[in-house]
Amino acid sequence: MLLRTKLHGKTYEFPDIRLLMGKANEEKSGDRLAGVGAETAAERVAAKLVLAEVPLWVLHDNPAVPYDEDEITRLIHDAVDQTIYNEIKDKTVGEFREWILADTTSTDMIHRTSNGLTAEMIAGVTKLMSNLDLMYAAKKIPVTAYCNNTIGKPGTLSSRNQPNHPTDSPEGIRAEIYEGLSYGSGDSVIGINPVDDSYGSVSRLLDMSYDVIKTWNIPTQNCVLSHVTTQMKCLQSGSPVGLVFQSLAGSQKGNDSFGISVGMMDEAYELAKKHCFPKGPNFMYFETGQGAELSAEAHNGWDQLVLEARCYGFAKRYSPYQVNTVVGFIGPEYLYDARQIQRAGLEDHFMGKLTGISMGVDACYTNHARADQNAIENLAVMLTAAGCNYFMGLPMGDDSMLSYQSTSFHDAPTLRQLFNLRPAPEFEKWMEDLGLIKNGILTEKAGDPTIFLKR
Amino acid sequence: MDDTQLNTLVDAIVRELKASGAVKTSASSSGTSASASATLPSSSATSSKPQFSTPPISSHLISSLSIDLPDPTLTRATPRVNNPKDAQGLKAIMASTTARIGVGRAGPRYSTAELLLFQGDHAVTQDALYRDVDQKLLDEFNLFTVQTKITGGKQEYLLRPDLGRLLNDDAKRIINEKCQKNVNVQLVIGDGLSAAAVEANLRQMFPVIRQGVQTAGLTFGTPFFIKYARVGVINDVGELIKPDVVILLIGERPGLGRAESMSAYMGYKPKYGDTDADRDVVCNIFENGGTNPLEGGAFVVQIAQKMRKHQASGVKLKLAN
Repeated sequence: MLLRTKLHGKTYEFPDIRLLMGKANEEKSGDRLAGVGAETAAERVAAKLVLAEVPLWVLHDNPAVPYDEDEITRLIHDAVDQTIYNEIKDKTVGEFREWILADTTSTDMIHRTSNGLTAEMIAGVTKLMSNLDLMYAAKKIPVTAYCNNTIGKPGTLSSRNQPNHPTDSPEGIRAEIYEGLSYGSGDSVIGINPVDDSYGSVSRLLDMSYDVIKTWNIPTQNCVLSHVTTQMKCLQSGSPVGLVFQSLAGSQKGNDSFGISVGMMDEAYELAKKHCFPKGPNFMYFETGQGAELSAEAHNGWDQLVLEARCYGFAKRYSPYQVNTVVGFIGPEYLYDARQIQRAGLEDHFMGKLTGISMGVDACYTNHARADQNAIENLAVMLTAAGCNYFMGLPMGDDSMLSYQSTSFHDAPTLRQLFNLRPAPEFEKWMEDLGLIKNGILTEKAGDPTIFLKR
Repeated sequence: MDDTQLNTLVDAIVRELKASGAVKTSASSSGTSASASATLPSSSATSSKPQFSTPPISSHLISSLSIDLPDPTLTRATPRVNNPKDAQGLKAIMASTTARIGVGRAGPRYSTAELLLFQGDHAVTQDALYRDVDQKLLDEFNLFTVQTKITGGKQEYLLRPDLGRLLNDDAKRIINEKCQKNVNVQLVIGDGLSAAAVEANLRQMFPVIRQGVQTAGLTFGTPFFIKYARVGVINDVGELIKPDVVILLIGERPGLGRAESMSAYMGYKPKYGDTDADRDVVCNIFENGGTNPLEGGAFVVQIAQKMRKHQASGVKLKLAN
């Protein structure tokens, strides 16, 4: 194998596909930490030049973790449609980029091709895309899913109502849900991150959020984002579960550190299909994020973009209602500043869509990253332009439990009105019936949580 | 015309305008703003714009302007929903959570007051992260400063947690020269992710720990400050000084609007390879809402005694208890 190019008179050579892939990434602190990032800006472009000439079959045949050693590799490779794969495997990564962007390539053509791709192929083409490429390409690949309502329909933008509370107080969480609903946040899910992961605490929050949904006939679903095993217990004991949640990693070892396996997720999926209260058929909710595998020493020497793409391959097996990367949550060792967080957010959204899953983004940052709310608002605008399915809705973007900042209850209506988008159609109808929205614009009544205090 | 002449002229014009009643005095407009600040939305900066009934002379405007605002962080959770359906209910639900609800809106966006309060909260966390601990404070307690293997400033500190866990060669030499060895309790202070946390708590916590250790009849080692410190640096300190117990006071990652939270990490005879499982921690040390630093100091001394008694820390100490 020879992987070499000249650039401005200097020769660059790459020993293997793993390092070529790492060095072809846009700059990320996590790739440096993993020892796979480019040493210079020119080396980065040299790696991209070489990667552009690599045929797709090479990426298919060189997974980040060998087939025999990793069940995520096996899951993704076994799901590849061989007919479709054979049609595209001889395209180079550079040609594949142009094919996706071409005016002659339709949405349907890309959707079909998704079934012939592995995560490494998807990550490879992502590395050659500029930010605007990522937005334009993702917009070509809408993915729609159904539970109690419809997410990802072109022309809509959804918002997860994320009413977290530092001590899981049901009253406090209920108050935050009301605030969010009054702004039109909650058409993706009413999704609570619990402090206490125990069965008692999780089932209590499921009951409370279900009560809000039933009392106000809201076309949405609830979810308490505990470990999947706790939710399985809730499903078996008859608790009202809307979506079943789990964080995913892109390698078997990474999933070990999360305490899950493919077998366990298969079991959870069967329980979800049987017991979740909405009509479906999409019942699963996953979160991911670049760098998670490296932080668990489970990246097998590969870069964080490739590992992230593998999460989406894993997620696809369960036809999820929604998947989002929690893109800035991991901290500056992996994504240093606003620029790196923005790049990763655009990459993740595109990769999810190319994989064929209903993709949203938790556009967020921690207080030790070089980022601020303006940076996250910028990212949300870029992602909305790219057709992102949903964002998080937090009270002013400030999570009082997880101590990080994300998008807010206010951001969903702002982005909708800015881009002439609507909430999920069933949810918009509900808002109209309550008098919260008219012709896609918030009414005077919106923003008052006390309208939900009595019924 | 020089500045003095200009000012004289402007003052004369102002007097005339005031006498004719064409303009309100600056004292009354800013006074209204300050007195209203304890109540509702008029505390926002926008409400203190002086009002003129005739086109003003611009230099007059500036000289009569007086804005003197109260601290907006002292009036959090001010209900800002216009004409809420249930005003009492709004106050009640706002009291049920520290989340920013009942904040109202301007179109689909935030009110100016809430927008700026949020930015103020984020700003103090940023300042805490990217600033060094005040040297005067370190001098007060005769703390000499050593450094970890971080050489590239705060940026490298944030990017390379591994290097923040290791003392550099100079640090090892200086500690060997200056510190008493084989003591019962060794106290070290690290900046961590918040200089403000060290500054907010050290003056109260340091004397309590020193006195508590000495009252218990234990030897108190030579304390010092570690710049660019991560918790794991405890291991290097343990290897160099061979104390029974190391106490590391270190600034925590700031929460939004809360940069003063400090942690005390402790280990019994820390050595290379020890992990968090071998350590105990008292976290969320800050006044008004967290573990009070005076109590925190006393608590830390108790834990040190317990560690010595059971000759263990971390998970092993839990099992021994």
